[in-house]
Amino acid sequence: MMAFVHLLLALVLAPLLLGVINRAKALFAGRNGQPLLQLYYDLAKLLRKGAVYSRTTSGVFRAGPIAGLAAVVAALAIVPFAGTGAPVSFAGDLVLFAYLFGLMRFFTVIAALDTGSAFEGMGASREVQFAALAEPVLFLALAALARQAGSLSLTGILGAVTPAGPAWALVAVALLVVLLAENARIPVDDPNTHLELTMIHEVMVLDHGGPDFAFILYGAALKLWVLGALLVGVVLPGENILLSLVAMLALAVAVGVIESTMARLRLLRVPQLLVGAGALAALALILVMR
Amino acid sequence: MNLLLAAVAILVAGGVVALWRDRGGPVAAVAGCVVGLAGAGRVLWTGATVSLRLPWNVPFGSFYVEADALSAFFLLPIFGLSALAAIYGGEYLAPWRGKKSLGAAWFFFNLLVASMAMVVLARNGVLFLVGWEVMALASFFLVTFEDERDDVRAAGWTYLVATHLGTAFLLAMFVLLGRENGSLDFDRFTAGKAGLVFVLALIGFGTKAGFWPLHVWLPEAHPAAPSHVSALMSGVMIKTGIYGLLRVLTVLGSPPVSWGWVLVGVGLSSGILGVIFALAQHDLKRLLAYHSVENIGIIALGMGVGLLGLSAGLPVLAALGFAGALLHVINHALFKGLLFLGAGAVLHATGTRDIEHLGGLLKKMPATAVTFLVGAIAISGLPPLNGFISEFLIYLGAFKGGVSASAAIAVPLLAVITGLALIGGLAAACFAKAFGVVFLGEPRSDHAAHAHEAGPAMRGPMLLLASGCAAIGLLSPLTLGVLTPVVSVLTPADALWEAARPLTIISGAGIVVLVLIGVVALVRRRLLAGRPVGETVTWDCGYAAPTARMQYTGSSFAQPLTELFRPLLGTRKKFTPPTGYFPAPTTFATDTPDVSRERVYRPAFGLVEAGLSRLRWLQHGNVQLYVLYIALTLLVLLVWKLS
Repeated sequence: MMAFVHLLLALVLAPLLLGVINRAKALFAGRNGQPLLQLYYDLAKLLRKGAVYSRTTSGVFRAGPIAGLAAVVAALAIVPFAGTGAPVSFAGDLVLFAYLFGLMRFFTVIAALDTGSAFEGMGASREVQFAALAEPVLFLALAALARQAGSLSLTGILGAVTPAGPAWALVAVALLVVLLAENARIPVDDPNTHLELTMIHEVMVLDHGGPDFAFILYGAALKLWVLGALLVGVVLPGENILLSLVAMLALAVAVGVIESTMARLRLLRVPQLLVGAGALAALALILVMR
Repeated sequence: MNLLLAAVAILVAGGVVALWRDRGGPVAAVAGCVVGLAGAGRVLWTGATVSLRLPWNVPFGSFYVEADALSAFFLLPIFGLSALAAIYGGEYLAPWRGKKSLGAAWFFFNLLVASMAMVVLARNGVLFLVGWEVMALASFFLVTFEDERDDVRAAGWTYLVATHLGTAFLLAMFVLLGRENGSLDFDRFTAGKAGLVFVLALIGFGTKAGFWPLHVWLPEAHPAAPSHVSALMSGVMIKTGIYGLLRVLTVLGSPPVSWGWVLVGVGLSSGILGVIFALAQHDLKRLLAYHSVENIGIIALGMGVGLLGLSAGLPVLAALGFAGALLHVINHALFKGLLFLGAGAVLHATGTRDIEHLGGLLKKMPATAVTFLVGAIAISGLPPLNGFISEFLIYLGAFKGGVSASAAIAVPLLAVITGLALIGGLAAACFAKAFGVVFLGEPRSDHAAHAHEAGPAMRGPMLLLASGCAAIGLLSPLTLGVLTPVVSVLTPADALWEAARPLTIISGAGIVVLVLIGVVALVRRRLLAGRPVGETVTWDCGYAAPTARMQYTGSSFAQPLTELFRPLLGTRKKFTPPTGYFPAPTTFATDTPDVSRERVYRPAFGLVEAGLSRLRWLQHGNVQLYVLYIALTLLVLLVWKLS
């Protein structure tokens, strides 16, 4: 039962995380910032709009946001929250978890290429590069946790995390880097940039509008929630659902703080960051292997 | 057995008939394949091993054939894909009618299918090698179908040399096995000199399968061959190498840990280097050929997991590893067959394989595009299609061992996990590039702008293969029924059902994703109903006259990754930078030659040539001198025999 409560919580609260991030950034910049519920307003507005499509595009462009949202909702059903098991849990579900994000990305990327725009091609090209490097990091980190827990399902792994020791800390850092990279946050990508040439995720969805764009924004918020739930489950295991919710908001604040205090890395440096995170996860794996 | 031998006979007879009436070739090929599929299906269904042993008047040879579960399993893709390739080829080869001898092409096609079937049925070393050699020669003549082109002839020679290097190792392996056991019949083989036999088999069969760095012939021969032949070679012929290796493993007894390490190493290098080189290609069929190297690497990883499980006495690990490898054999036949047929349809419609000259084909050839997309998702290992299922089995085996086994077993398994994750990400990147640049956006040349959809005989096989990819993905638990008897040839498979139970949920999740897609699509439709839906140009930062040339190209899409792996790739660039205030046209071209061909084979063959050219003084072209050589040789032999 509780598992489905999380599903509902995530579906309702996910857009709030972005509001919190933006508020935290505004606070650092000395602005009032947008309302906490801004993304909800945006979604409501977009869902009421019509659509404009480029003549170059085909059905792939229209299918991209739909498939992306479906994949991330499916991933949501696998990730446990606040100590209660996920609605769906089985040996090896962590592989399906990671590959559902792969499916989402694949469709986002080909939808971007469907526009025939150089900007969107550029964003897509960077996205696949960073994702290809982030995926092994995620697997190494999860393998370290799995070895420690002796379990192969996310529910079993997060149920057996002991939040102490160097291996745990290394895994947490690696997962944080994966979270930032996968959700197109600073230091990998800047969601607020105004120049198409420097964007990654934002530029891929440049030509989407109306309900399609609402699906994309909502899917991105869900993705942040899902990976956030994974990180919170590792850092703060426990069965207190309120505490876990507070931890999710704290994670959003932390992301806001990182974005306010760091500059975006040069694109050439991003692979180094990801490979570095991979090295940390591998080190964690060696530590648990002893 | 009768059905299987009848299939081989129909294929050979049909091939001979095709020499007179070429239209009979594909008909006989389909008929033979259907009969063969029935035979293989019966073996798998009844679970009974059937065999036939006839005396044969060849030293150490006997006509000993047998179909057990492992053979029958490999016969499924051999006959299945061949039938579809034959249907496709009938239309694909039509433009050459009257210009080329299609009869010869179909003769060799049918011979290739028959010889592949013989290779997996043969249980005698001599018979096996005869089948192996017929397979190599038939495919050589198919590769050189367009023999008026220099590049095709060069590719053919590369293939011929590479395949015979491999055969030489197999010859040595059979001689060794025969000397140890006193017979070349497979049922007499024992595990004597297992280590040496394993190495010879790995190199010999690895050359055919395309293990790095023995893969040099793949990226040359696959693009040169007609597309339905590329599909057949890449989809099933290279799998006979995998079959051979598995067959040899069944007689070699329990493997040491080091074999598992070796196969994991081979799998990682083939998988990762294969996909990186694929990223750097702009010839569509060459790109697909490198992906064959990658997928053979994934199969090797599965076999590595299986061997590690065998050596460590972990039956679950062994069963999952081999099951994943075997299922990937079928899966790769499905999606790589599909992709090569799709590439052939593109080549047929546009006359070019260079993806930088293509684009926007989805609107011109929707059926080809959609089936190619299915193949692209499947080969990237993404759910809910079949590629994910076999990779999941390998992942599951690796994770099971990785979390519990001792370090000597766990370390290679964790390398498998990391490697598979990297390969998966890079493969998705490469197929986003291949599909996106070829089928999406605007046409980049006149060839692409005037493309047309392929005819029904070419579309049908592609549709069937795409449905096969979806069926295995969405009904994956059913594959276990077929896999279990096959895996039990290699390792006790009792644990497979229990261990692979997650497949039910995986396929369920795939169906859920499809339902969710349907729901969201319905919501979108409802929302947009009655609202203004306009059309305009793509946002381009306000340019007045956007052209197709402003699109991102395949090379630029892959550039961040190829730049990252530049030390491995050795890409050559030719760049004339723009100069002056009003720059004249500039050029930029990249070329990524195969590193093992450039660094290993070319120097090695250079040395051989240098050595042999020292003997050139023997060769004058003077007939009297040659007669003298013959007489001298006879004299020496006589003296040697008499003394």
